[in-house]
Amino acid sequence: MEQYFHSVTLDKDKCRGCTNCIKHCPTQAIRVRNGKAVIIKERCIDCGECIRICPYHAKKAVTDPFDSINDFEYRIAMPAPSLYGQFGPAYTRERILKGLLGIGFDHVFEVARAAEIVTMATSKYLKNPDIKKPVISSACPAIVRLIQIRFPSLIDRFLKIKSPMEIAAVLARNEAIEKGIPPEKIGVFFISPCAAKVTSVKAPYENLKSEVDRVLAIKDIYVPLLEQMKKQKTADDAKFGISGSVGVSWAGTGGESSALKEGRYIAVHGIKNVISIFEETVKDGFEDIDFIEALACPEGCLGGPLVAENPFVAKTNLRIEAERAPSGIRQAPLGDDKQYIWESTVEYRPILKLDDDMFKAMEKMQKMDEISEELPGLDCGACGAPSCRALAEDIVRGNAQLTDCIFKLREKVDELESK
Amino acid sequence: MGQVIVRDYDIPADDFLSAGEASSAVRNLLIQLGVAPDRIKRTAIAMYEAEINAVIHGHGGKAHVEIKSDRITIVISDEGPGIEDLELAMQEGYSTAPDSIREMGFGAGMGLPNMKKNADELVIDTAKGKGTVVTITVYL
Repeated sequence: MEQYFHSVTLDKDKCRGCTNCIKHCPTQAIRVRNGKAVIIKERCIDCGECIRICPYHAKKAVTDPFDSINDFEYRIAMPAPSLYGQFGPAYTRERILKGLLGIGFDHVFEVARAAEIVTMATSKYLKNPDIKKPVISSACPAIVRLIQIRFPSLIDRFLKIKSPMEIAAVLARNEAIEKGIPPEKIGVFFISPCAAKVTSVKAPYENLKSEVDRVLAIKDIYVPLLEQMKKQKTADDAKFGISGSVGVSWAGTGGESSALKEGRYIAVHGIKNVISIFEETVKDGFEDIDFIEALACPEGCLGGPLVAENPFVAKTNLRIEAERAPSGIRQAPLGDDKQYIWESTVEYRPILKLDDDMFKAMEKMQKMDEISEELPGLDCGACGAPSCRALAEDIVRGNAQLTDCIFKLREKVDELESK
Repeated sequence: MGQVIVRDYDIPADDFLSAGEASSAVRNLLIQLGVAPDRIKRTAIAMYEAEINAVIHGHGGKAHVEIKSDRITIVISDEGPGIEDLELAMQEGYSTAPDSIREMGFGAGMGLPNMKKNADELVIDTAKGKGTVVTITVYL
């Protein structure tokens, strides 16, 4: 496993070297060098902001191709609940799940069912008087990585319960094994709205090893699934949808927290909004808040970079689907708590620090202060760094030079000409 | 050696949304310097409480921050009414904040006690009618 595998990557041919992505990256992980964007791997949290913002579609999320279903003999589709919001009201959850069987899967297991298990487990977790509040949801991998880099003092607030995707994968696999299918023939495919989940499957934070075999993008299966649904009879001959309205609602913002019923919670979405809530949490404490549901994408998973439908349209579709679903929770809880508690721990990743040695870090910061004084302070981005301060940091780290600033370059040219 | 990183911030009066910006900026500096997370947390909380106090009681003020390799010193000064009875003000739950402030979730009487709890040294120089200078030191 690579140390910093990332789903979010750059298509060099499409990149024009503009400054849109560098300005929007919440961890300042992108620079433009030699006319092309470069992602600083250690800093990237796979939030997908750059994918959404790039006008040339040069940022993409690497997922497994649809034909990777041929890698396994018994294929289990695990649709994220956001899949239900991708189609209009005529395409019911039953049709969608049945459609998945039609395009090559042997079995479907709704991640929404595992979401209900997480909801029940969270209610129990919050009742423990010894935990520090507010508890912060850990279902969004980009948020987990954001905290690891920028908010070390919030690491002890994570909900240490595995994500619905991981729990679903274990249950789905076990179901198949019980049916007598040899374990090596089983392939578990997560149908994902999310690039960060791809990264999580390669390098999980809650498990030692992910239980998911492949991650397929919703947008990659959208067309074949839609065509299949049109071909299939609408009459439902089987009942595939098992989860209740709670599990279905998890796809949107507020879905996870509103199901908790008791206590005060905050549901925040969009990475910039999340950052401002975390800034407040660090300082103010928010001790009167029980739970923070934080999702990196606008409108939560429905706004993920791998979806096919506009998130606001998808929200309406999903609401209809949640109303159609049996009300509340339909999945049975897991008997043993150990089945959902994190197996590994998440640690602070101090990659923003200037030097391992604090004396040297201070020297570098002073140097940055001096350089910043000289720079125009326009944060124009023409140097390839998101701000003048970031350029000063790059210079101090040895990754850029003062004349990367076009204003400083012009000064230098003028100086040489006048000699 | 004697390296010092110096920062000065204005704390605007009656602006609760931007109150705390200075402590956020300082927190980010400490992260870049590689300071241990628990020290960063304590500094951020203590400084934020002092900032909020300057907004609520002091008609805004100034923050002067000096970071050395072994400590951070934060001086928050205002020209507000001063603290009449400091001993009383240090008690948890004691507050002179008006109801309007309390309705916003501030003024619970935990500001000074929280500063004391999180700072390694806390010096408060105040007199009625003469404003308040709070000096917070956290060892790094």
